[in-house]
Formats: sequence, structure tokens, C-alpha cells
Amino acid sequence: MDKEIAINIQNVKKKYRLGQIGGGTLQGDLQSWWARKRGKEDPNSVVGSNQNIYGQTLMALNGIDLTVYKGEALGIIGKNGAGKSTLLKLLSRVTAPTEGSIDIYGRVTSMLEVGTGFHGEMTGRENVYMNGAILGMTKAEIDEKMDQIIEFSEVGEFIDTPVKRYSSGMYVKLAFSVAAHLDSEIMIMDEVLAVGDMAFQQKCLDKMFDSSRLEGKTILYVSHNMNTIRRLCSRCVVLSKGQVIFDGDVEKAISIYMSNNSNETVFMDYSNYKRPKWLKNDAVRISTANYVDKDSCIFYQNEPINIRILWKNNTDIKQLGVRYEIRTKEGTPLATSINSDVCSCKKDTENELVLKYDLSLLAPGRYFSLFTFFQVDSMGEYLDCDCVRGMDIIIENTEQKTEWYSNRWGNIIIPSASVEIIK
Amino acid sequence: MDIAVDKEKKKPKHIHIEPEHGLLNFNLKEVWDYRDLIILFTKRSFTVRYKQTILGPIWLFLNPFITSVMYNLLFGVIAGLSTEGVPKLLFYMGSNALWTFFSSCLTMTAGTFRSNARIFGKVYFPRLTIPISSVLGAVINFFIQLLMFSFFWIYFIAIKQVTPNWICIPFIFLILLQLGCLGLGFGIIVSSLTTKYRDLSILVGFGVQLWMYGTPVVYPLSQITDPMLSTLLRINPVTQAMETFRYIFLGTGEVNIFYWVVSIIITVIILLFGISIFNRVEKTFMDTI
Repeated sequence: MDKEIAINIQNVKKKYRLGQIGGGTLQGDLQSWWARKRGKEDPNSVVGSNQNIYGQTLMALNGIDLTVYKGEALGIIGKNGAGKSTLLKLLSRVTAPTEGSIDIYGRVTSMLEVGTGFHGEMTGRENVYMNGAILGMTKAEIDEKMDQIIEFSEVGEFIDTPVKRYSSGMYVKLAFSVAAHLDSEIMIMDEVLAVGDMAFQQKCLDKMFDSSRLEGKTILYVSHNMNTIRRLCSRCVVLSKGQVIFDGDVEKAISIYMSNNSNETVFMDYSNYKRPKWLKNDAVRISTANYVDKDSCIFYQNEPINIRILWKNNTDIKQLGVRYEIRTKEGTPLATSINSDVCSCKKDTENELVLKYDLSLLAPGRYFSLFTFFQVDSMGEYLDCDCVRGMDIIIENTEQKTEWYSNRWGNIIIPSASVEIIK
Repeated sequence: MDIAVDKEKKKPKHIHIEPEHGLLNFNLKEVWDYRDLIILFTKRSFTVRYKQTILGPIWLFLNPFITSVMYNLLFGVIAGLSTEGVPKLLFYMGSNALWTFFSSCLTMTAGTFRSNARIFGKVYFPRLTIPISSVLGAVINFFIQLLMFSFFWIYFIAIKQVTPNWICIPFIFLILLQLGCLGLGFGIIVSSLTTKYRDLSILVGFGVQLWMYGTPVVYPLSQITDPMLSTLLRINPVTQAMETFRYIFLGTGEVNIFYWVVSIIITVIILLFGISIFNRVEKTFMDTI
């Protein structure tokens, strides 16, 4: 039997105009128009911006063809600006395509945001009705689901309190519960799940994807979190520059997306790098840094990381130390490696070293890094001489290893215990 | 076999999305499907407005009452405008109630796109539900004012200063329908245009004020003797509604069938034009606002 089609997208394009679009006031528009007529500079454009850009267009979506079948959980990934959000907006009918057509078979719930239409002055219960109705439920349907929604949201006795008195967590939980209980055949979710506490997020995801597996609902899910995509989606689409560049297996899609990420640079040049404000010392200036013999930032677990750093000394330093700081992609300090006595070097010399790190403790994921050179002063304290952002590190799971859930287990893998079975 | 039957019953809704919809695609069926939402929006505007206020819903009475007293003082006592023998306070209270109904239909719907841009950007529902619920809110507001009006009205009937035309009272619904549609039509036209030109929203406040003086609100139509001017006033699609309202409740005023027909034609044209431009704008306004 053929699979039933849920969504059929044919050659959809969405065009946006770049440059000066409607100044917002009639007078402003007339001024701009008059200035262009005479070939003068538009008085309403941003100073210094390229005047020729007027009338140029950007294809946010450039010919998307996609068929989604009933019961599928489709993941959509892509860089910022690849057209993911535009596609979701079109599917949820917030805006119309410029070309092409979309056929949707079934009721659609789009969750580009949770709690749309919530009003602080109204009680939780009133807001559930409001939000449910906005998302397309009738009053009778909401009545039927009310108890389930309240129970799922964990809001309990606060349901008749105005939501402005809710904690932000409660607010989000209630809002999400409404969306999770909709009776629609197709669900469209942007990264709305990045809210609420861990346990609740988990509960929501489970609920969503149970409904896909058991009730045959179709789910479209956009996320930057590869772990959730891996766990929940049965098929995955990679968008780039408004086009589908891959459609199919989830793992393959993720690896294509990862290698397609252009801001992965293995070589950093610091000649024009702006040092942080707190850095008062200019005894050392790092000039370049790179990964040795690598053409990507992707490292497999257990793969050693070799970093070559070139720097210039502006004064004599007896004991120069290097600190390698690793931060999560959110910027939280995670781990640091310190070599406090690397070398002593003379004034006005160019120096070079290679650092070899073992980062097998890091869990799969993406990390930022910082290089800091320092010396130890007479009081025995660290005195930082230079600090720059290093290359990003992407740790990949080795093929045979099982999944590591960073959002629950953290980013450090403590080596397995040595077990001694007593009895 | 059973399953097949079940599936047949639950034939999924089919939505087709294309760039251009016809000019005359009003989508009214969809608006009807969302009628619960309209009611909720209307309810919300009432429950929210008077929360955390001392006087609460009393404002609903206080506001028009003070306005009527002010009109009474300004136009009745100081300017000495005639009210065709009707007690001045009652005259102004009635006129004010009806004018407030119309002007709030217009001004409230005029802000539809701008004040709801955030919701509109996130989720789809027929956008017409919002202006329609504003009009329903205005209807409720009008009946509340009418209630207050009736207290004075009954008193003046009792002391025989006013003789209403009782049998015509059902026509109040025609008046409300016509004014409501007219206000809605104008409002959504303005609202559609303000997505591009913001200055129109300033014009609305000003324009409504001017329109009020171009309508027999604080004076009766019979006071205007200049033929040019009175014809102009009669073409104003609010005039007949206002005069008929007076005819019903106060026993004065002029009801002219010809100008009624003109008013209704103007209203229908404006409403249809409004809905059509509104439906066009709603599809792409998120890209321009």
C-alpha cells in the first residue's frame, strides 16, 4: 500500500526584497522615491549602505520540493539563514509563498512559539481557552481536554490564578501543554522545546513523538540540537541557501550538515584580532594558531589534538606558560589545561610551539576554546600576557560507541570505573 | 472493513497554499469555523480592560455619562444648540452612545494588524476574527450605554417629555448592523494600509473627530437649513442611522428611505472592498510590517 501523503511542497520559492523597503510613512516613501528619481542619495537609507542594493532580491527559499508522508517525524536542519524558518512560516500560513504551491492534508498546528495569545491578566484556565482557540481548537474540544492539559502542565491549583503571577517555568509549561494536546494531524515545531526544565522538556518530547509513532501524526521539527534530531526523527532534510541539499537518512544528514558548516576554520590569524578589554599586558602577542595536519575541526573521541601556535615576544620572559581553556558552545567554562613553564624567550623574537592535547574526556559536541599566555609574577600569581579565541572543537562520536546525552549527562566523560566484583 | 469505513469518515482537511488568491476570495466559511475564537477575543477585551482598576466596570457607565454631561454643558447650555424639544441630557446621551459605537468600531479595527503583529507572525487563524470581535465588543458596549440611557429615558417618558415610536424599536438592530459594517469596513481598510504607511493611524484619530462634526451628533439634522450642506450631511452614511435612532427613541429626527438606501449601498461597497483588501494584505503583511 502506498504511504499517505501529508504535505506536498512543489517548487516553492519565497522572495524578499533587500535594501530600502517602505520607510513606514507615506512622506518617507515619497522622499525616497523622489531622491532615486533624481539619482541622489536616499535620505532614508542607512548612511553608507550600498545604494545599488535597491530592488535586489533575496531568495529565502529557492525551489523547494518535498513530500512528507503521514506518520513521519521529519527533522529539518540547516545553518542560520538556510530557509528553515521561512519554510515553517509558509507551512503554518503566516506568510504566503512567492511561487509554487503547498498542499497540506490534515489540520496543522504550528508551534513557532509557545503561549501565543497568552495575556498576563487572565487566569491560566482562561488562557488555555484563548491559546487553544488561536491554535484552532473549538471550545468543546478544549473542555474535553482541560483536565489532561492541567495535569500535564503540573500547574495544579494555580490554574485559576492570573498568569502574570506565574513563574516563567510554569508559564511555559502551561503554554506547551496546550500545544501538546491539540488534535491535529500535522505538527510543526520550531525550537520551542528549548524551554522549561530538563525533565519537562523530556516529557514534552516523549509526548510529541509518541503521538507520531502511535497515533500516526506527522511531525516537522526544526532544531540545532543534533541529539534530539537523532533520537526523534525518522527522516531528515538539510537545507542550504533555500534549497534541499539532502533528504533521507538522519545520520547522513547530520554529517552533511556538520561538514557544510563554513565557520569551521582550522587556522586563525590574529594580526587584526581585538584583544579583550581586561587584558592590560602586551608582553606577548600570538600571531597565528592552527590544527596540525587537519582540514576540519572535527575530532573523533580519543583522537589527539595538535595545535601549532606562533607568537612574538615584546619583552624578555623567563617562565612563559600556556593555558588552553575549553568552553561549551554557550560560553560556559568547561575545562582548562595549564602548562605553567613552557619556555623562556627573549625580547623581539618570533617563537613557535606545538601543543598536543588529549581531549578524550570531552563528550561529543561543539566547543569553543581560548589560548592564554601567562607568566608567574614574584608573588606567585598568574599574569596574563595574551588571550585569544582559538579554533572551535567538534568532537564526534566514534562509530561503535553508543550515544552520549550531553544535555542530561554533561560534557565530561569520566573513564569507566575499574570494577572489582566482591561477590 | 471497519477500519476502512472509519478512515472514510475522518477524511482529513485539505489546505492548498498558493501565492495569489482571487480578489474576491472572502474566506468567510473559515471565519465561521473559528467562531469560538471570536467570542473568546471579545470576552478577553472585556475581562482584561477593567482588571486592577478601582471602579472596574463602573467606568463603562461613568465615561459616557461624563461625556454626555460635557456635551450638554458645551453645546446645549453655552452654545445653545437646539435639540428639537427633547431634554438636552437625553439627547446628548443617546447621540453619544450611537456615535461611540460607530467610532469605536472604526478605531478599534483600524489597529488590527499593527497591534496584533506579534501573534500574527507566529500562528495562523483567519485574521478577520480580530476586527469582528472588536465590533462585537462595541455592540456590547453600546447596549450597556443604552441601559444607562434607558433609565433617563423611562423617567422622561413618565413625565411625558418624550414620546418614542415604540413599534420601530426592532429597527435598532438594522442601525447597529449598518453602522457596525461601515465601521468595520473603514477600519480594516485603514488597518490594511497602515501595514505600509504608519501615518494613517494618526489620521484616523483626527479623521473620526472631524467626521463627528460632519454628522448630526451634537445637533439635529433639522437645524441645517442650507440645502447644499444638508444634502452633503444626508449622504454621510452615518446620518440616517443617527436620525433614525432619534426617531425611534425620542420621536424626533428625519427618516428618509432614499438616503437610507444610499447609506446601505455605500456601506456594502466599503465592507466588500475592505474585506477584499484585508484578505490580500493578511497573506504577506508579515514581510512588510
